[in-house]
Amino acid sequence: MSSLVVKNLAIEFGGVKAVDDVSFEVEQGETFAIIGPNGAGKSTIFNLISRIYEPSAGSIHYGEKNLLDVAPHRVIDTGIARTFQNIDLFEQATVLQNLLVGRHRRMSQNILRDFVFFAGCRAREREHRRKVEDVIDLMEIAHYRDQLISDLPYGARKNVELARALCAEPTLLLLDEPASGLNQEETDDVSFWLNDIKHDLGVTIVMVEHDMGLVGRVADRVLAINNGKFLSLGTPEEVRNDAAVQQAYLGTAA
Amino acid sequence: MQVIFKTSYNQDINILSKTGQYIRVTLLVLAMLTAPLYLDVYYLSELGMLLVYVVAGVGLMILTGFTGQVSFGHAAFLGIGAYCHSILMSMGVPFFVSLPATALFSGLVGMLLGRSASKMHGFYLAVATLAFLIIVETLIGEWTDVTGGYAGFSVPELEIFGFYFVEMWQQYYVDLGVTLFVLWGTANLLRSPSGRAFLAVRDSELSARSLGVNIEWVKIQSFGISAAVTGVAGVLLAHHLLYLSPETFGVLESLKLLLMIVVGGLGSILGAVFGAIFVSLLPVALSILRDVLPDEISQQAGLEPMLFGFIIVIFVVFEPDGISGRWRKLLHFFETFPYYRKASFVRQKSYLKTERMR
Repeated sequence: MSSLVVKNLAIEFGGVKAVDDVSFEVEQGETFAIIGPNGAGKSTIFNLISRIYEPSAGSIHYGEKNLLDVAPHRVIDTGIARTFQNIDLFEQATVLQNLLVGRHRRMSQNILRDFVFFAGCRAREREHRRKVEDVIDLMEIAHYRDQLISDLPYGARKNVELARALCAEPTLLLLDEPASGLNQEETDDVSFWLNDIKHDLGVTIVMVEHDMGLVGRVADRVLAINNGKFLSLGTPEEVRNDAAVQQAYLGTAA
Repeated sequence: MQVIFKTSYNQDINILSKTGQYIRVTLLVLAMLTAPLYLDVYYLSELGMLLVYVVAGVGLMILTGFTGQVSFGHAAFLGIGAYCHSILMSMGVPFFVSLPATALFSGLVGMLLGRSASKMHGFYLAVATLAFLIIVETLIGEWTDVTGGYAGFSVPELEIFGFYFVEMWQQYYVDLGVTLFVLWGTANLLRSPSGRAFLAVRDSELSARSLGVNIEWVKIQSFGISAAVTGVAGVLLAHHLLYLSPETFGVLESLKLLLMIVVGGLGSILGAVFGAIFVSLLPVALSILRDVLPDEISQQAGLEPMLFGFIIVIFVVFEPDGISGRWRKLLHFFETFPYYRKASFVRQKSYLKTERMR
């Protein structure tokens, strides 16, 4: 059963066709990787799915929902959470506050009730705190819990961002370069987590990644694009041996 | 060095978590409650004004410090609060109806402003709020039938349940009660989803939106609650001023509020409190200083604005975290004694952020 269906997706910025007629389907529970050289349009596809950009053509469906009818801040209600290429955390807030924002859509909100911290507010905080603690355990960031993001090292921020997306209890996770800037050991950790998230939580993962080692270890299928156009789709092995992909990366067919 | 051993989520939910905080806050509240016993009328009135500025500062802090939306127009809400309340009181509306009604009215005006300002950023927002201030000031000045125009408006006496609160100490307790309520409410906001949404919008609109925060609505809410609190400060201010005139609520007053929270320290309730103390006590300290300084210095015109400006420059250059930042460092010094190092608070430079998609 396909969960995410992208059909003939296209977007233009002025004369630049950043994404040009790209179609793919992601099966429920699979790990799907999008690869391509710099400027291929990988992150743009993510931004189209999370409704930051308006496509000029094509359609995106997730489950029953037509995502193009969904407001950007409602995308998470359909079960899609994401991370960003350049880590976009709330810098002047603590890790705990960041993770609790991840639960924002699931918390009842009434600003006047919050102002007087009316009966039930404390119980609500505790209930959601428990969910957040589960994610903190999974991602092993307990020792950072009370620190400001601006005090954290880069690798820890990556983990916190992934944790924040998990706090929203997504069914589909969009990961924009989960291993960029990480060393070999941290990248190995990421591959374990991605497998945990997939198998234990049953979350479908779509990721953009340059590290082919990581892609080979976690991805079930890989989509390769270049200059916004479709190149190849298949298992990591098939895509790696695809002549068009090799040409895009290396210049000539090896 | 105090290490807190946490055994319950409640410890993170409570407003005060450390023993030291309990002691300090309790002592401060006790000192404030007993102030009429040891302060004469002049200093009590100054203390009352200080509380008014705490409330106004917290109001602006909600918008600028927590939600990251700069406003050059907050004196307008002070004015709206003061006039709305005085007009209602003079029509015979009781204090305890007029106060929430004024907060509601000011909040609604704030939401309207927020509605139009929610798509603006930085410079444009500053200009828009400044324009709003000028509109409100002109409106108050020209709407002679209701506001008395530039001739001014006399504030009715503070009457609660038929009792006249004419003595300064009585008025002081009203100020104190309202201030404590506002401080408590704002602290509550910060520990609930509404307040966290404010922080999220301040730090990254992009990821806030991707997590389901409705940016526009959060900004409107923030403008509303900020305007309501500032309006309440206007109510208290009216009873201190006794006579309202439109130019009281001009650009200078707005700047004063803004400078107050910058000097106090953006992004914390404590910052608003420290800022209010700074703004209110500087003239008092100066008047005491005047008596001891030689006439050549103390009688100089413009001594107060100059000193005010000088101290602000010092803070912006040497302590951007404001007085509350300095206070935090001082506490940290004692808590970690003797391990405090100068570098304890040096922040790493922030990594590249994804702002280009705004």
